[in-house]
Amino acid sequence: MLLIRCPYCEMDRPELEFRYGGEAHVARPVNPMAESDESWAEFLYMRTNPKGLHAERWRHTSGCGRFFNAIRHTVTDRFVVTYKAGEPRPEVKP
Amino acid sequence: MRFGFINLLRQAFAGNEGWPEQWRSPEPKAAYDAVIVGAGGHGLATAYYMAKEHGLRNIAVVERGWLGGGNTGRNTTIIRSNYLWEESQGLYEHAMKLWEGLSQDFDYNVMYSPRGVMMLAHNIHDVQVFKRHVHANRLQGIDNEWLTTEQAKAFCPILNTDPRIRYPIIGAALQRRGGVARHDAVAWGYARAASALGVDIIQNCEVTAIRRGADGAVEALETSRGTIRTKKIGVVAAGHTSVVMGMAGVRMPLESYPLQALVSEPIKPIMPCVVMSNTIHAYMSQSDKGELVIGAGTDAYTSYSQTGGLHIASHTLDAICELFPVVRRMRMLRNWGGIVDVTPDRSPIIGKTPVPGLFVNCGWGTGGFKATPGSGHVFAHTVATGEPHPINAGFTLDRFRTGRLIDEAAAAAVAH
Repeated sequence: MLLIRCPYCEMDRPELEFRYGGEAHVARPVNPMAESDESWAEFLYMRTNPKGLHAERWRHTSGCGRFFNAIRHTVTDRFVVTYKAGEPRPEVKP
Repeated sequence: MRFGFINLLRQAFAGNEGWPEQWRSPEPKAAYDAVIVGAGGHGLATAYYMAKEHGLRNIAVVERGWLGGGNTGRNTTIIRSNYLWEESQGLYEHAMKLWEGLSQDFDYNVMYSPRGVMMLAHNIHDVQVFKRHVHANRLQGIDNEWLTTEQAKAFCPILNTDPRIRYPIIGAALQRRGGVARHDAVAWGYARAASALGVDIIQNCEVTAIRRGADGAVEALETSRGTIRTKKIGVVAAGHTSVVMGMAGVRMPLESYPLQALVSEPIKPIMPCVVMSNTIHAYMSQSDKGELVIGAGTDAYTSYSQTGGLHIASHTLDAICELFPVVRRMRMLRNWGGIVDVTPDRSPIIGKTPVPGLFVNCGWGTGGFKATPGSGHVFAHTVATGEPHPINAGFTLDRFRTGRLIDEAAAAAVAH
């Protein structure tokens, strides 16, 4: 069970209070009609899936209910930092 | 040395001291005609069929750890072909037919046991979905039949069919030809047979880079045991596919999740078949050693940790205890995780990539073991000839661009 810090509630809470939301910073196309098949495939299906630091979305479903982002190491599952939605990805060392 | 009667007799009298090593452990050569990355069941099967059916003998399988040490050694060994779509039925049924003759084919007992796979229905949605599968399978000549609750109970007597439990069993779909096989023996059998045909299996050899020429085609693999030149690379790296493909600059529609399994202490036979329940998320069979083999689910988040959260496993045990009250007081001996590579449509990717000479076989998600022989067979054809076999023609990487997905989400063994 992971302990996750919600950046809105500013508390460490157990993983069961949260829902995972997949890779973070995947921007939805601004003008969908102008996108090619390749860029749709990239947006919908292609994922970074790194072995190492991963920027990902979480939602504090059983708490404040808000989406936020986290950087987690996918080998150790250690959370390096969590930050509010809309903030840029922070520079962190592994 | 073959496992024939004369040799068995001779070795029995010689105290079984004279059996040779089952496969060679050669040093890597400077160059091969083709290299498979990943010595799991699928990779070894690929190499075996490339050597046997396509006459390619100057080939190698490179493996970061030891052969069969990844998901091949971590799965719950269930074999079935009762998938919904024609493409999947073709692929998994191809594998099923190969399972049936596999031990004879390469003279190694994989303990394939078609003891029946029964999938439980707990609600109206399950009934409708499973009946749809039964009809779709029978149209393709694949066995799958609908059972009433009483028939399910007769097929697996330890099942709790009490209508008052939280998720009562209201029917089941049964594939009688489904069953289990000994997972390690599958890897060992393919390794032994491939090695005998001249395939070099190189363990403890981690790929660190994929070198491409000016035309973009693959030229060589950089490994922890030196450079290996080759014009063809087949990546069969399961949970690490995204990492390996990234070395060639190819982004994959994959996410890697931990998937857990457990085994109990060994007991006398109580379980005559495989029982699966998607809805309450549990499946169980009994190994020939007597351990109950139990499959749990994936974690919610991507990870390469090969462990997984304890609450996932205990959630599955809740369901197991409800379905099989007889096992409630048993102890679990081991619990582990494997990293599975999941595609958006839950179907594998077997075919060419945008990089000339680079082929990929991945995305088997939570259910790749059952396909091992078929996967290796069609991927061998793909790598050897450069074009897909008709059976894997639809399982392209390009389908995520064209939109021709093979949406098997409902057919997966576990809920995603």
